[in-house]
Amino acid sequence: MDYENLNENVKKCQYAVRGELYLRASELQKEGKKIIFTNVGNPHALGQKPLTFPRQVIALCQAPFLLDDPNVGLVFPADAIARAKHYLSLTTGGLGAYSDSRGVPGVRKEVAEFIERRDGYPSDPELIFLTDGASKGVMQILNAIIRGERDGILVPVPQYPLYSATISLLGGSLVPYYLEETANWGLDIVNLRESVAQARSQGITVRAMVIINPGNPTGQCLSEANLKEILKFCYQNNLVLLGDEVYQQNIYQDERPFISARKVLMDMGGPISKELQLVSFHTVSKGYWGECGQRGAYFEMTNIPPKTVEEIYKVASISLSPNVPGQIFLGLMVTPPKPGDISYERFVRESKGILESLRRRAQIMTDGFNSCRNVVCNFTEGAMYSFPQIRLPPKAIEAAKKDGKVPDVFYCLKLLEATGISTVPGSGFGQKEGVFHLRTTILPAEEDMPAIMASFKKFNDEFMEQYEDYRGYSRM
Amino acid sequence: MRRFVAHSARNLITRRRNNLTTCVLQHCTFPLRFLTTASPGYLSGHVASAGSASAPPLTLDTINPKVLKCEYAVLGETFILAQRLQQELKENPGSHPFDELLYCNIGSPHSLGQQPITFFREVLALCDHPAMLDRAETRGYFSADAVKRAFQILNHFPGRATGAYSHTQGIKGLRDTIASGIEARDGYPADPNDIFLTDGASPAVHIIMQLLIRSEKDGILCPIPQYPLYSGSITLHGGSLVPYYLDEDTGWGLEISELKNQLETAKSKGITVRALVVINPGNPTGQVLAETNQQEIVEFCKNEGLVLLADEVYQENVYVPDKQFHSFKKVSQSMEYGEEDISLVSLQSVSKGYYGECGKRGGYMEVTGFSPEIREQIYKVASMDTCSNISGQILASLVMNPPKVDDESYESYSAEKDAILSSLARRAKTLEDVFNSLEGVTCNRAEGAMYLFPRIELPKKATEAAKAVNTAPDAFYARCLLNATGIVVVPGCGFGQVPGQWHFRCTILPQEDKIPTIVSQLTEFHKAFMDEFRD
Repeated sequence: MDYENLNENVKKCQYAVRGELYLRASELQKEGKKIIFTNVGNPHALGQKPLTFPRQVIALCQAPFLLDDPNVGLVFPADAIARAKHYLSLTTGGLGAYSDSRGVPGVRKEVAEFIERRDGYPSDPELIFLTDGASKGVMQILNAIIRGERDGILVPVPQYPLYSATISLLGGSLVPYYLEETANWGLDIVNLRESVAQARSQGITVRAMVIINPGNPTGQCLSEANLKEILKFCYQNNLVLLGDEVYQQNIYQDERPFISARKVLMDMGGPISKELQLVSFHTVSKGYWGECGQRGAYFEMTNIPPKTVEEIYKVASISLSPNVPGQIFLGLMVTPPKPGDISYERFVRESKGILESLRRRAQIMTDGFNSCRNVVCNFTEGAMYSFPQIRLPPKAIEAAKKDGKVPDVFYCLKLLEATGISTVPGSGFGQKEGVFHLRTTILPAEEDMPAIMASFKKFNDEFMEQYEDYRGYSRM
Repeated sequence: MRRFVAHSARNLITRRRNNLTTCVLQHCTFPLRFLTTASPGYLSGHVASAGSASAPPLTLDTINPKVLKCEYAVLGETFILAQRLQQELKENPGSHPFDELLYCNIGSPHSLGQQPITFFREVLALCDHPAMLDRAETRGYFSADAVKRAFQILNHFPGRATGAYSHTQGIKGLRDTIASGIEARDGYPADPNDIFLTDGASPAVHIIMQLLIRSEKDGILCPIPQYPLYSGSITLHGGSLVPYYLDEDTGWGLEISELKNQLETAKSKGITVRALVVINPGNPTGQVLAETNQQEIVEFCKNEGLVLLADEVYQENVYVPDKQFHSFKKVSQSMEYGEEDISLVSLQSVSKGYYGECGKRGGYMEVTGFSPEIREQIYKVASMDTCSNISGQILASLVMNPPKVDDESYESYSAEKDAILSSLARRAKTLEDVFNSLEGVTCNRAEGAMYLFPRIELPKKATEAAKAVNTAPDAFYARCLLNATGIVVVPGCGFGQVPGQWHFRCTILPQEDKIPTIVSQLTEFHKAFMDEFRD
């Protein structure tokens, strides 16, 4: 294998979240520098503790000999013991056996029940497939849709680069639609129509539309009206809607609570509700669970024809089955302790603690960025990120060019070297020409936040001092 | 099962006709992969859309054709039928001449009653819930060395956080452990930076295929018979499978001359052959390569510039005293070949061996002999999935570094391991003998892995009956076997075989106490089948 004869699609695809900045940060860490990794939505890496209840359950499932001990009830709460027995009974052979390729049927049933409770409409477990993390699910679905480079997928800009990288890897075309920063990263239907029209004029068949709600990296939460518009648009343009809803538990404002695309679709009723094709994604990695390392997730298919579902099942079967512990985490997430359960109070205390702190940190970060020179930051309505706009002075952009670096990469590398804060440059997510951002997470511990924001401000304001004209900043 | 044995002869005779009819019906029925009562119109293939302007965007007509093309027989037609029969039995006990389905189609030991290795589960549980380490009353449930190992492992995790994404290649400390384990196994050093921990070995195969295959002009040499992950992933990634035939008459021997011929044939068709897949021990064939054979293979790949993809997931499953597992890395290093000489991808998994932890999805590829640019690309593709599941990573490190002689758990660990491996060896022999005793059936011994792959000479009447229902003869046989006994196997056509020959793959995994029943069921069924179809 030479670089020359490598698959071109592999060469072309990019995934900045673990790209240049991350690699440089890792190098510096090895050299002994203290690094604050805010490049990826990885809560436990920044001190968030796992919820107690699921860890108790999984430990009992992992080592069933514990359940056989007569004194187990003295060291584990009864409800954890009961849930462990419950999940073990749903498997054929415990955690070490392959499950159904779509996931343990009993867990899929729990997911369906969760969706029904959440949305008020029944969900079919047969149309719910569990995966080793949502990314694998996204790749499976895009792989089913993309036939070649004439197939386009509408993706928001900025977007989580799993989408751009996967589309590239699969040889498809990314059709961007721009979110409007000045309108709180709102979606503009006119822009959407233009994007589709332009793609079609280039001979591209637009097959699907991705929405990330709450958004990544932008954090905006879609309103019901937004979702209706999007659903109608997809229906009119014959698009599959891919609803990345992995941050549905991470909502930091009350004006726009999370509402699933499926609920809005079902509410609309009529032919659209029976015909619009939708795939919805969720995971245990985000929310207040943050169990990224478990790789537990699902996708739910709506209005996908049975034969097509079969084909998707067939491809899933080649990888045999998703990991069983991750499936159990998912089951626990959708069926958490209820009022009256022994573990309920502790569970609620732990979850609320995390969510309330995230809400506070979202605010601290937004305000912190907005207090910096030449930095403008929309409020993080949801998800786990802050995506401030850095208005780089022309001299900084020149210096970046001289260094052979994209301007925001240049800025972020300097930020890293000066403060140890590892971020992801906005160019990794897509942005309008000449507008620069960086993505950071709101995950550092609350007590560390003031120092981190102060450190950032010091670096930024000095950077701006260094590169600005005396007449002040002039935007390109 | 007992009921069936008692009435089997009579049942078989009366059901003979029914079986055939059932076979016909089952084939004609749309093969449902799931049993749902919802979704009206499912047999029509797409929901009627009175109001929409055109057909829905994602249907069989518009799905990626590579998805349509690929197959995976292990969970294919016979398995799907088995699932339906299982459902029918559940809803209507007594509706079939057997009480339970016996899934001998898939290498999933725990599904058939094999117990996990206690030490591994102790460590995993402690790492899943480290709070247990902090309290004496919970710590007391675990052996001292499991506690010690858990502490060691958790120290590799910043903040003891096993719920965080790790480095894309896997936690460094765990890769160090694995590298040491590889060195202990081979006698040659291994570099932790060459290791990519993955959710089972299968995702690693996909990554390599993705890198290698540019178009259908790129070919991958695969053994016939092969494990259909290879054929499936080659199709999915748009490449061409270049077959090389293993020789059944010489214990599924791999001849270099065959490799060379197939390579030349492919070249003459304009195919650029990029890699050679070798499964050792073999699946479905079970043969363990002789070291000299392996040297020839290494030489061949070096000379032809092929990536050697060594699937070694069954490295701990060797049942015969005259064979031994040697990793391809060891073999090439013993030939003094290094990074510049041969590009090698070695696969290992926690799913097989004596641990059989399929549901954990743990495994790794060890990647050697690739340029830094390629390494970067491998990393990049792997990074899109962020990292593999942490519990699986930990288990991979345990598998490659199990308890040692002086450890507290060594005795019990050893006893568990030896019991499982010796039992597997016994079952392999028992079932091999059974198959060889059947009329028209020959079966090579399972030197390793978890399967037997008997060959059946099907009488003309049988092949004609199969043709009449539009089914491959071995699939027909497998279906009849399933309908009569509940035993689920995979027809040889799913793995590839010499045209005109028929086989099926049966695992050696049912627990020993079930084996006598299986033996008698198989024997009786086969006799009845041959009585019906004998020329």
